[in-house]
Amino acid sequence: MTVYLLRRLIQAAGVVLAMSLLVFLGVYAIGDPVEILISPDADQIERERAIRSLGLDLPLWEQYLVFLGKALQGDLGRSFVFNEPALRLILDRMPATLELAVGATVAAIIIGLPLGLYAGLRPDSAVSKAIMAGSILGFSLPTFWVGLMLIMVFAVQLGWLPSTGRGETVEVLGVRWSFLTWNGLSHMILPAINLSLFKISLVIRLTRAGVREAMLMDYVKFARAKGLSPNRVVFVHVFKNILIPVVTVVGLEFGGTIAFSVVTESIFAWPGMGKLIIDSINVLDRPVMVAYLMVIVLMFVVINLVVDITYTVLDPRVRLEGKA
Amino acid sequence: MTPTLEVRNLRTHFFTRAGVVKAVDDVSFAVERGRVLGLVGESGSGKTVTGFSIIGLVDPPGRIAGGRILFQGTDLTTLSEEAMRDLRGNRIAMIFQDPMMTLNPVLRIDTQMVETVLAHRRTTREEARRIARDALGQVGIPSPEERLHAYPHQFSGGMRQRVAIAIALLHKPDLIIADEPTTALDVTIQGQILAEAQKLCAESGTAMIWITHDLSVVAGLADDIAVMYAGRVVEQGPVDEVLDAPLHPYTLGLIGSVPSRNRRGAPLRQIPGMTPSLLNLPEGCAFRARCPRATDACAAVQPMITEHRPGRFARCIHPHLEAAEAA
Amino acid sequence: MSSTTLGAAPVPAVPPKIETPFHRFVAEFAASPIAVGALVVFAIIALVAILAPWIAPQNPYDLAVLDIMDGRLEPGSVGGTGITHWLGTDDQGRDMLSGIMYGLRISLTVGAGSALIACLVGASLGMLAAYAGGRTDSAIMRLVDLQLSFPAILAALMILAFLGKGILNVVIAIVVVEWAYYARTVRGSALVERRREYIEAAQCLALPTHRVIFRHLLPNCLPPLIVVGTMQIARAIALEATLSFLGLGVPITEPSLGLLIANGYEYMLSGKYWISFYPGIALLVTIVSINLVGDQLRDVLNPRLKK
Repeated sequence: MTVYLLRRLIQAAGVVLAMSLLVFLGVYAIGDPVEILISPDADQIERERAIRSLGLDLPLWEQYLVFLGKALQGDLGRSFVFNEPALRLILDRMPATLELAVGATVAAIIIGLPLGLYAGLRPDSAVSKAIMAGSILGFSLPTFWVGLMLIMVFAVQLGWLPSTGRGETVEVLGVRWSFLTWNGLSHMILPAINLSLFKISLVIRLTRAGVREAMLMDYVKFARAKGLSPNRVVFVHVFKNILIPVVTVVGLEFGGTIAFSVVTESIFAWPGMGKLIIDSINVLDRPVMVAYLMVIVLMFVVINLVVDITYTVLDPRVRLEGKA
Repeated sequence: MTPTLEVRNLRTHFFTRAGVVKAVDDVSFAVERGRVLGLVGESGSGKTVTGFSIIGLVDPPGRIAGGRILFQGTDLTTLSEEAMRDLRGNRIAMIFQDPMMTLNPVLRIDTQMVETVLAHRRTTREEARRIARDALGQVGIPSPEERLHAYPHQFSGGMRQRVAIAIALLHKPDLIIADEPTTALDVTIQGQILAEAQKLCAESGTAMIWITHDLSVVAGLADDIAVMYAGRVVEQGPVDEVLDAPLHPYTLGLIGSVPSRNRRGAPLRQIPGMTPSLLNLPEGCAFRARCPRATDACAAVQPMITEHRPGRFARCIHPHLEAAEAA
Repeated sequence: MSSTTLGAAPVPAVPPKIETPFHRFVAEFAASPIAVGALVVFAIIALVAILAPWIAPQNPYDLAVLDIMDGRLEPGSVGGTGITHWLGTDDQGRDMLSGIMYGLRISLTVGAGSALIACLVGASLGMLAAYAGGRTDSAIMRLVDLQLSFPAILAALMILAFLGKGILNVVIAIVVVEWAYYARTVRGSALVERRREYIEAAQCLALPTHRVIFRHLLPNCLPPLIVVGTMQIARAIALEATLSFLGLGVPITEPSLGLLIANGYEYMLSGKYWISFYPGIALLVTIVSINLVGDQLRDVLNPRLKK
């Protein structure tokens, strides 16, 4: 198990390194680094000094090492717009995004699992067919359009839920959270549902396929032959088996959810990392872009690692192979 | 004395889009306390569906279309699902064919056993665990206490089947339906399990239906035998009599196909042709196309199951009566 | 079959009324009324997009015909220029129906164009991977895996962040995001086909490599490629719309559906829904109809699903 973990950690570090090279090349080789890293308001002397102090006169590979060294110390440059370290800007807004992404994941499971379960248990009923048709829509509709419709219906027409911002927040452990107040929670509902739409469809499909497969297995029939109640058969025997693929995919999708929150945050004016990166791209605040990309890559790698480990814990078969 | 189980004119049909599949069509038999009935037939002959019909686990599009299943005098076909569930795993237990598939791979053995105990008995979890442990010991699993913590994939096929049997025995059922439980196992393990099954029936008075395609298994284990073909029982009677002097040409053909029963060096006899599709079975005897004794009469009417000798039933217009007389 | 027939010229003796695979394909596709309906809808949309300059009530880019006084008119009202605005007008007084028709042109062009380029790039690389094997194969497939594990929107954002806005850059971004799907598909089916005996036979005959690839391998990879391609066109359109909505896509002077929706977004909160709503419906119908056609194509062309 430790060997396995170690190997996975080394792999993860390799991916981060590769991506850092990619981002570096993106910024330094494709774009003009002077334009990217030095404020456009700077005069000629400042530029000269900045070029030297940033080491832009060095060969590319040396520059990369410098970039890497600074990145390791958490220095990813300063934002032109906010004049703050880019990394701190990102980290400041990360809780809002994480909160939203977790909310969306929870919504996907709360909504998707029961619907998928129903569709899997009664595949021929009209309701199941409606659920499946809905899940196809969930896959093909653009997120931003659904977000707009949510605002139009629930915020503008019905006036039930607020459509912008985080609402009231409570500070816990030095971080502000929305979900702890009613007002904040109500601000979270629409964006969370919007963000979870794709995931809901995914969970429905996975659950349905898993249930249909499991229901045909001998172990389900044997469980019934033991005289267990239908609830126990479905919620213990079937459920535990479909949980593995669902958890894996939902976990792996978490990174995608954070990435897609870019769209949702823009629509609902949710003050997270996604909104920050869009604003930064629009004003060409490149250090923030670089910092965002590095943070996202790191998150992706960490999520993959966590999912792998969770998977190992959930499935006894994998667990023991790892031990052997 | 009423037999533990009496099946009368059971019909289980599958209503598919392509038509009605008569998987079980007019099947009758009885099993008494402490006795073993061998239910023999090729795959697709309806023997497994018969088992599932008794325990009430026929899934749509299949359903019991007629007949009665009397368990200790109660007609199971009239019972509510709730009442059936009380019987299942409790008074009637079932063991499945493939031990690799019957245990849930992601649940520990103790979970799967304790839930069975608690499904039918109000007791504490500790007590249920103790019962489970004893049951494992009873089927010959070494160090049962530790094995309770294991997951199914940590057991060999034979051990898994023992666990499945232990689960079936938890409530000391009156009837066990064993659906080819030894087919997937090694011959030596098969022998051990057969011996234990036999001992169990004799000691506890449990009635057993042993579903198999293997006549040699039935020969050593069963008291009575019912041979199924295309959803119908074509011959039944005491096992020795049926095997020594089969009345139905199909039974004769089956016996001829068993390698050990043939003389060494002699070519194996085989039944020509294939089992017919159960979908839209033609009129008349279903076996006639493969039968050496078939005549035009066989195509005209579906033969009735007839008692040709005391206790010896066959569904054939041209039974091998002469062979039996010679014997 | 004898080898002597190989050298013979093909005999153009096609008897009439024979059931070609194409006929069977058409018949199987037509078996689903929903798919046929979707195809008809998509054909109409494509036609509208192509004919927009001739059938649109107004040229929305011709500032001379716009009247700012007509801004934000409700659907069905008649503007100062005498045109009935069936779908209302936007803040500039543009007729929404015309805007949508022109927007469709841009959305479809960008979507189909980038999907086509992605297909060319992806299919070539996939074919190369399958044919060359070894290191080339694993290098290409590593890249594919990396690409696929990264969310499309993020990769596109990254590229646009480096390259800047503009139609060409959007196309580049979509190509970079989507080529991997084609590469994986083509490599998969090419690997299966490669092991078939007729390829071996072709290689034994020392046919030139390009002939083996283009005459033998490629045609057999086409069915899955068509399915993936159809779905990816829908994805490309949706991605372009999303990027444009975020303000990172097409420029204001050439508004696609996504940009139209973004323009109307701020007016939505004040109840002027139509500026966003109708372009959204157009986008929706386009994407769903393509997906439905793709679904049916997959069912018809996937040999595994056939009985």
